[in-house]
Amino acid sequence: MEGVARVPQWRANLATIAALMARSRNELARVPGAAIPGLLAPTIFFLGLNGVFGALIQLRGFEANAYESFLVPVSMLQGAGFTGAASGVNLARDIEQGWTDRLLVSPAPRWVLLAGNVLGAGTRALLPATFVLLIALALGASWPGVAGLLVTYAMVVAMAAVAACWGSALALRFESQSAAPLMQAGTMALILFTPAYAPLTLLQPWLRSVAEANPVTEVLEAARQGFVGGVDWAGTWPGLLALLGLLAVLGAWALREMRRTAR
Amino acid sequence: MSALARNARVVRALGMRSVRQTFRRPQLMAPIVVFPTLLLAIQTGGAGSAVELPGFPPVQSFLQFMLAGAMMQSLMLAGNSGGIALAVDLEMGFTDRLFTAPIPRFAIVLGRLAGTAALGLLASLWFLAIGLLFGAEIHSGLAGALIAVFLVTATAMAVGGIGAAIALRTGSASVVQGLFPLVLVILFLSTAFFPEGLMIEPARTIAAYNPLSFVVEGIRNPIIADVDGGELLEAVLAIAGIVALGLALSARALRHRLRVG
Repeated sequence: MEGVARVPQWRANLATIAALMARSRNELARVPGAAIPGLLAPTIFFLGLNGVFGALIQLRGFEANAYESFLVPVSMLQGAGFTGAASGVNLARDIEQGWTDRLLVSPAPRWVLLAGNVLGAGTRALLPATFVLLIALALGASWPGVAGLLVTYAMVVAMAAVAACWGSALALRFESQSAAPLMQAGTMALILFTPAYAPLTLLQPWLRSVAEANPVTEVLEAARQGFVGGVDWAGTWPGLLALLGLLAVLGAWALREMRRTAR
Repeated sequence: MSALARNARVVRALGMRSVRQTFRRPQLMAPIVVFPTLLLAIQTGGAGSAVELPGFPPVQSFLQFMLAGAMMQSLMLAGNSGGIALAVDLEMGFTDRLFTAPIPRFAIVLGRLAGTAALGLLASLWFLAIGLLFGAEIHSGLAGALIAVFLVTATAMAVGGIGAAIALRTGSASVVQGLFPLVLVILFLSTAFFPEGLMIEPARTIAAYNPLSFVVEGIRNPIIADVDGGELLEAVLAIAGIVALGLALSARALRHRLRVG
């Protein structure tokens, strides 16, 4: 139509993603209670596990100066996992209430709709991560340094995106909030079947084998670097690679489910 | 039919409904079985070397030590799930219909608690089976296993009473669901997952006075050692205390609900 400036596709896509991310953020303000479990659960796990398993640091082979330092990246990633899974639950609720159907008839590409949900989870994960970090620092966890902190936050944001892809795929597959336990259990298993409680060498042989095969072990080791030692590229790139792989696989699955739902 | 037999039928029917409801809804079943089993695997594999720490009680394996903690976690979450289900019944008006039926009010609550107790029984059998399957021994044999099963079932019912009281008082499933993190806090501040002497302060001091620690030690004792009458008695007294608290709170909440509607 003459006289109407056409918005380039990429700008329209970015605007849609930004709007969906804003909607995701708004939920925090509109329903603060919904953010509490995501905030509380990793904090309770951090405080509880530290109080319960703190003595593990006395074991030979435990190379960390404080259990808080060893544990805090696990709890930050756990917060990311809970947040990502929650975005899957929210998507399931949107499907149940018909909101997703309306999005699917819009001209926005499917990947843009998915990206809005996934990136929204990434930004929301900063809240529980920061909350747990502040508590851990107050309790005596080591300061990871600026580089260490940046690497940890990058891992947290990307892990939330991975968990959101997983949660979204399940939400689109089952189209019901009843799938919520599967979303949460999946991310919990992915994050905790790693050297979460003790270094690899101190894990039971079966868990060591599982942890060595679990890509999130690389993510956790990368996020943990600054808290237990120095940060270097050799300790960081395997984590980034693992996250890229997980995002590619789970993102492709979620996209496939979204196309199936639209059909 | 005597009044007692009639009430028993009501309790049984409502209990069966409660169990079926839990099996039908994955969001109620997952916290009772899936999460505690996952955590049992992760904690056993991740912190299994803890048995080498000086001061750790003599056990065959960390899995043997952790079984009581897993059962405790499961029964606590069963109590919470029972409360959520009761609150959903209240929200949907099902309980109001029961209130108008010619059955005693206590039978309505007792029916829900019977369901929670049945879930506790199932959880105890599940975790004993998992333990045996993965090589944990029940030190006191069949008698010890039966003691553990009895204590878990009774505690599930006792904890369910508190969940029911909160559901009756608030009538809101989301409020009862919001107690989920609190359940975890109470568990972490008990000896469910680690021996008291090796816990870090202030968790150690709180665990020493937490009634759940007495219950969990009562469940754990026959699994890891010979039955100790003293520990068993302490567990039974702690359960009796939780039952009394649950009953008092439930009765009060029920009266309040019937008064204000």
